[in-house]
Amino acid sequence: MYPIVKKEVLADKIFLMEVKAERCAKACLPGQFVIVKLDEKGERIPLTICDYDREAGTVTIVIQAVGASTERMLRNIDTIEAFQDFAGPLGCPSELCREEALEETKKKRIVFIAGGLGTAPVYPQVKWMHEHGVDVDVIIGSRTKDLLFYIDEMKKVAKNCYVCTDDGSFGFHGVGTAQLQALYDEGVTYDQCVAIGPMIMMKFVCLLTKELKLSTIVSMNPIMVDGTGMCGACRLVVGGEVKFACVDGPEFDGHLVDFEQAMRRMQQYKTEEGRAMLALEEGDTHHGGCGHCGGDK
Amino acid sequence: MEGMTKVPVREQDAKVRATNFEEVCLGYNEEEAVEEAKRCLNCKNPLCVNGCPVAIDIPAFIGKVKERAFEEAYQIISEASALPAVCGRVCPQESQCEGKCIRGIKGEPVSIGKLERFVADWARENGIKPKKAEKMNGHRVAVIGSGPAGLTCAGDLAKMGYEVTIFEALHDAGGVLSYGIPEFRLPKNAVVAAEVENVKSLGVKIETNVVIGKSTTIDQLIEEEGFEAVFIGSGAGLPKFMGIPGEQANGVFSANEFLTRNNLMKAFMEEYDTPISRGKKVVVVGGGNVAMDAARTALRLGAEVHVVYRRSEAELPARVEEVHHAKEEGIIFDLLQNPTEILVDENGWVKGIRVIKMELGEPDESGRRRPVEIPGSEYEIEADTVIMSLGTSPNPLISSTTKGLETNRWKCIVATEEDGATSKAGVFAGGDAVTGAATVILAMGAGKAAAKGIDAYLSKS
Repeated sequence: MYPIVKKEVLADKIFLMEVKAERCAKACLPGQFVIVKLDEKGERIPLTICDYDREAGTVTIVIQAVGASTERMLRNIDTIEAFQDFAGPLGCPSELCREEALEETKKKRIVFIAGGLGTAPVYPQVKWMHEHGVDVDVIIGSRTKDLLFYIDEMKKVAKNCYVCTDDGSFGFHGVGTAQLQALYDEGVTYDQCVAIGPMIMMKFVCLLTKELKLSTIVSMNPIMVDGTGMCGACRLVVGGEVKFACVDGPEFDGHLVDFEQAMRRMQQYKTEEGRAMLALEEGDTHHGGCGHCGGDK
Repeated sequence: MEGMTKVPVREQDAKVRATNFEEVCLGYNEEEAVEEAKRCLNCKNPLCVNGCPVAIDIPAFIGKVKERAFEEAYQIISEASALPAVCGRVCPQESQCEGKCIRGIKGEPVSIGKLERFVADWARENGIKPKKAEKMNGHRVAVIGSGPAGLTCAGDLAKMGYEVTIFEALHDAGGVLSYGIPEFRLPKNAVVAAEVENVKSLGVKIETNVVIGKSTTIDQLIEEEGFEAVFIGSGAGLPKFMGIPGEQANGVFSANEFLTRNNLMKAFMEEYDTPISRGKKVVVVGGGNVAMDAARTALRLGAEVHVVYRRSEAELPARVEEVHHAKEEGIIFDLLQNPTEILVDENGWVKGIRVIKMELGEPDESGRRRPVEIPGSEYEIEADTVIMSLGTSPNPLISSTTKGLETNRWKCIVATEEDGATSKAGVFAGGDAVTGAATVILAMGAGKAAAKGIDAYLSKS
């Protein structure tokens, strides 16, 4: 068991957990992810690492309730004390957060664009940069004010932190790409962009940065089961080649990723996941009608 | 003529079992086992033992079954095998022990596998455990992977008095026994978990959720955690794909993904969160045991299932028993056919598969006749799900993070057959990580050999 030492609801359906996982806390680096499983019946869920404390032996993750297992975590957040399983770190560390490449990195003007839950995996990279004397800018985009989190933490480690909301309820009125375009219009330019968030957001960032001739790294979050290269569920086409996000990624050159296909593959279990959600929400009261479960037969 | 045929083993009816995940073969009861044991000729020079990769003293344990001394029979088996309840179920006995049985020349060989299974099941039901080492020798060994190779190596070392810790990347122990082989062939709680408990009862510790190469490395285990030797039994986990058009479409899965969801994550049970694609018409590509497992699982989830294989029935790499069971259950075999393209609908989902007919030509390097395409014979099979079961290759996570560990061009770890020694001192390896995908019992044989190798290595130093 992996005890949860801190938990906090950050925004609507978004919550943070700091978990005691000594091996992982000792080995992990920015850009890597973990796989958590709540209990016997839970799914294995891949989550990018948000923060880690090597001395305390803890790893912080941020979770959005989107499926049966994560909904169950949120619903029972007050009573859950531990994860049954916590495996990691998995995947390759961020290319930028390497001590060996620090001199090169210092020469670059870097902008991070975080969309939605993407703020969580962006944070440890920006923090690493800050601790290593690299100034970077961060754009945090969200649908609305209530979904924003980690703004104060990010401001402490970023040189400039631009916050924007689609509905204008907080900060810049518009999406992250509009904020980046606005900066370019003011004459600001960058050498490297890192975009992490929902696939659709990363796709639009890449469309813009291609025009801006701005090299862009994205962190892919496809469907996964084992996270060690075994199942191939997370396969993506990058530059015409099949890659496994879990072992070859999760970070890739965003200008080479086939986003259309990656987004389509995300739909693969939608109906099955929907069934699991319905069963959870409606419990014994669900007797069919959804067209999938066969409960009416 | 009397004694020419095996005592038949009871099975679940094919029509019934095609709709459930309960075990297909029901095994012998005491009477049947004793009856079958009587068929053993107790040869002076028992060829069956030579045919067994872990050299179980087969005539001796069968002799004890004949006398109804089942506990003694169990102790004889467990001297050689850490996982008899598993081997009795999944070993290819027809090409090993039973393949060599003298009885088999004129009639049917003794049903050694079913007898082994009976003894192991009897021992479990009667709470008999393998014998623990009398005292520990103070040496620590790390074992990577809790599949058949790792469990065997760990069990053998523990019996010799070593303090062994197994590191497992997944959340449950068992490796392929847990994620790969389905419930209806190898029950997870009743058999796999119980065999794992037996290994633990010898004093072996199992630490799950540790991905060697990521969570820590072999060099760290030796330098920082004080392990004096390491056995790598990490298996062959990476799925192969064909590289044909349409393979990234929704509805195309590796057999590993499909089986892991079903077996390890128990997606077939409503109360588990993990989803699985229940196709209506499923095509499984490949002809090995894993293909049979995937096909029979898809059938139980409610699909019509076709197995597409490029050679003929005689070349199917799957065990005869598995093919026979699959046919009984209603799996359709489309033999001498090879996929050329997966057909995709406008939303990116599989709608079918295009195959080309094949004929057999001259034998290739494997000795099997090479399949050759028949020009112009392509046609389409309608399908909503395609499961690729083309074999697996070793995971490079360990070899790429361990200094001085030699691999060959198939990314398999190079290790000797006699004692599992690798190019790195103190590091041994065996099972699919060395050979590429093979069988449970061969992995166990390699785990046994490496345990001896490690014992010799640590006794010397």
